[in-house]
Amino acid sequence: MLSRVADSLYWMSRYLERSENTVRQLDVTMSLLLDSSETSADTRWQRLLTSLGNPPGVEWTGDADGMTRALIFDPTNAASVTTCINAARENARQVREEISTEQWQRLNRLYHQMHSPHAQAQFRANMNDFLASIIDGIHLFKGVSDTTMIHGEGWQFIRLGRYLERAYATATLLEVYQESLLNLAEQEHSGYQYLEQVGLLRCCTSFEAYCQVYTADLSPDRILEFLLLNRDFPHALRYSIDGVRQSLDAIQRAGGRRPPDELLATAGKLHSMLRYTTINEILEGNPGAFLHSIREQCKQIHELIYRYYVQYSIQSALAV
Amino acid sequence: MRTPDGSIRPQYKALVETLACLPQEELLRRKQSADLSFLTQGITFTVYGRDEGTERIFPYDLVPRMISAQEWDRIERGLTQRITALNHFLRDVYGEGKILNDRVVPRDIVYSCKHYRRQMCGLEVPRNVYIAVVGTDLLRLRTGEFVVLEDNLRVPSGVSYMLTNRRVMKRTFPQLFHSYGVRPIEHYPQLLLNTLRSLAPEGRPEPNIVLLTPGVYNSAYFEHTYLARQMGIELVEGRDLVTHDNIVYMRTTDGLKRVDVIYRRVDDDFSDPLIFRADSGLGCAGLFNAYRAGNVTVTNAFGTGLADDKAMYAYVPDIIKYYLGEDPILPNVKTYLLTEEKSRQHVLANLDKLVVKAVGESGGYGMLIGPQSTTAQRADFARAIEANPRNYIAQPTLDFSRAPCLFGSQIEPRHVDLRPYILFGDKVNIVPGGLTRVALEKGSLVVNSSQGGGSKDTWVLE
Repeated sequence: MLSRVADSLYWMSRYLERSENTVRQLDVTMSLLLDSSETSADTRWQRLLTSLGNPPGVEWTGDADGMTRALIFDPTNAASVTTCINAARENARQVREEISTEQWQRLNRLYHQMHSPHAQAQFRANMNDFLASIIDGIHLFKGVSDTTMIHGEGWQFIRLGRYLERAYATATLLEVYQESLLNLAEQEHSGYQYLEQVGLLRCCTSFEAYCQVYTADLSPDRILEFLLLNRDFPHALRYSIDGVRQSLDAIQRAGGRRPPDELLATAGKLHSMLRYTTINEILEGNPGAFLHSIREQCKQIHELIYRYYVQYSIQSALAV
Repeated sequence: MRTPDGSIRPQYKALVETLACLPQEELLRRKQSADLSFLTQGITFTVYGRDEGTERIFPYDLVPRMISAQEWDRIERGLTQRITALNHFLRDVYGEGKILNDRVVPRDIVYSCKHYRRQMCGLEVPRNVYIAVVGTDLLRLRTGEFVVLEDNLRVPSGVSYMLTNRRVMKRTFPQLFHSYGVRPIEHYPQLLLNTLRSLAPEGRPEPNIVLLTPGVYNSAYFEHTYLARQMGIELVEGRDLVTHDNIVYMRTTDGLKRVDVIYRRVDDDFSDPLIFRADSGLGCAGLFNAYRAGNVTVTNAFGTGLADDKAMYAYVPDIIKYYLGEDPILPNVKTYLLTEEKSRQHVLANLDKLVVKAVGESGGYGMLIGPQSTTAQRADFARAIEANPRNYIAQPTLDFSRAPCLFGSQIEPRHVDLRPYILFGDKVNIVPGGLTRVALEKGSLVVNSSQGGGSKDTWVLE
């Protein structure tokens, strides 16, 4: 597969995963703001921005309405949902012949939905419905991707983009939340705290899944354990990194070159770390640093993917 | 459809009867179903100069055009003759230059041609084939005779419309199609692939063949993706290619893969920034040197535009005679070269009757149609001709054939031309038929898709 094509498929997928994440976190934040709480609106907005990776040019100025529009519709904000969907569609357009018609039509529909002259009015009239319909569109796209595309190298790059983006976003989110979450453990349990914890789980669409594993009995340790180390839940970090590793293995098997040792080792190490570390070890150590290191390793994996599959030097390629 | 005396030509009789028997609603229904099929397949082209990157469905007419076996036989022989001679010509001009020494074609016409590439001088190209893919535009005159309007020897397009038209047609009028005995064209991609394979550099028995496209913003991008898919070859952009030690590679996730044959849909100017336009990001640096070293075949060869310059066109009958010792089977349209004093005066005095064309342009750009022009337009062209006579030619306004087209439920005649596609590898291959282009506006003589023209299926009968 051409490097350019792999690159486009990978980014198409990352951008869609990113827009889904932004929509979901925004939705949860807006809903938490409805309840009175010990946490101020300022703190919530700031925290949202941090867990979205502090998109450049977006600052909290006390204007909630302006903030939501910047995060959803602002074409000048590189992290807005609109920008991400545009970028995903543009990447898809460049490799139109490599994806299925169903994928293209789904993505196109999503794009036109965001750019419809009625989009902002619909958003104002019923924000929840609007955000839910965007997420529906992305879910449909993922569904047709998995059911209409050959599960070959191209599909593996799409999967790689999805899980790497998700792992990075979840690690960022947990890093932002972990301090306040763990502080809660020492306090009395209250309805407010309950809402906070549900909010965190809902940011990862994992509230119901959590309840199936641990019952509705929320505790910070278990939440952290679930989101970090669960091996069966698709939004948990361990699961996402499993996905990254599987796709890298499949891509490596598809090629005839020497295996990308450093890349496979880096992904393998992160995978082992999430597999063999217990939640107690993490809590006794420094959870913030642990999460930060996961993020750094995700970045490293991304760079190695580039160095090995996309932007390798001619000299290195000829030497093989 | 009709002979000069107004009667219906025999091969159209069954078609006319079928159309007459179909209720109007049924005709409309079939038209809508065909339109929908084009829409969902995304068969579009890009119109430049309007809204940037506007994509349009290629207008399509349901009534097929028919060409008899005898007519086609002549066209086929005529095109083979013409392409063979033009290939000799390119080889000679970039080699020994005998035709220039013998003063059959004037040197200054060659050297002043915008598409002449001095870098090609003295270069041997694989199998001596300069032009592997040609689209030649033909018109049918009132007399029934086919004449050549122009040759497209650089990156001719439209073949994907020929193929998709046929597919839609078969679905729309299956019985009619079957009863007529139409010669097939669907093997074109396979013929193209074989042609490209036959031109691979020596010692590359299983050549890696790619189609080089300028990318999604090109008007023919749909065609590039279509052909690449039909042939099962990789569609690459310039940025996917790198050269090292005069070998071209493409960048894949599995490392660099050597490229042996490039079916190029990028103009000379944009192909290699080291040799041609330095500001082009569409090509691949070092491509020309790899080509010169014989490590990669690029087709059509660089500099083939020399032979489709509209002034050079006037010399093609002489070129055929010079190399093959034969009279042209398909005649040229009378062409005035404006560098000649007498012709120029005649043309300037008769601008309202003639068609003037800029020599290096294509797609209907840079053109004056005398009878349909305004005084101001004629004055503009007169000034431009005086300033640079080499840049223009003039031809009589031709009374070329019209074909029946369906508008709503009405059948009306429109002007049409025909572009057959010729493949030149180890032998010449022409699939029977080609793209019939239709001037959709009543009375219009311009059939180019970039000028809002449409197309219809062309049936060459057994």
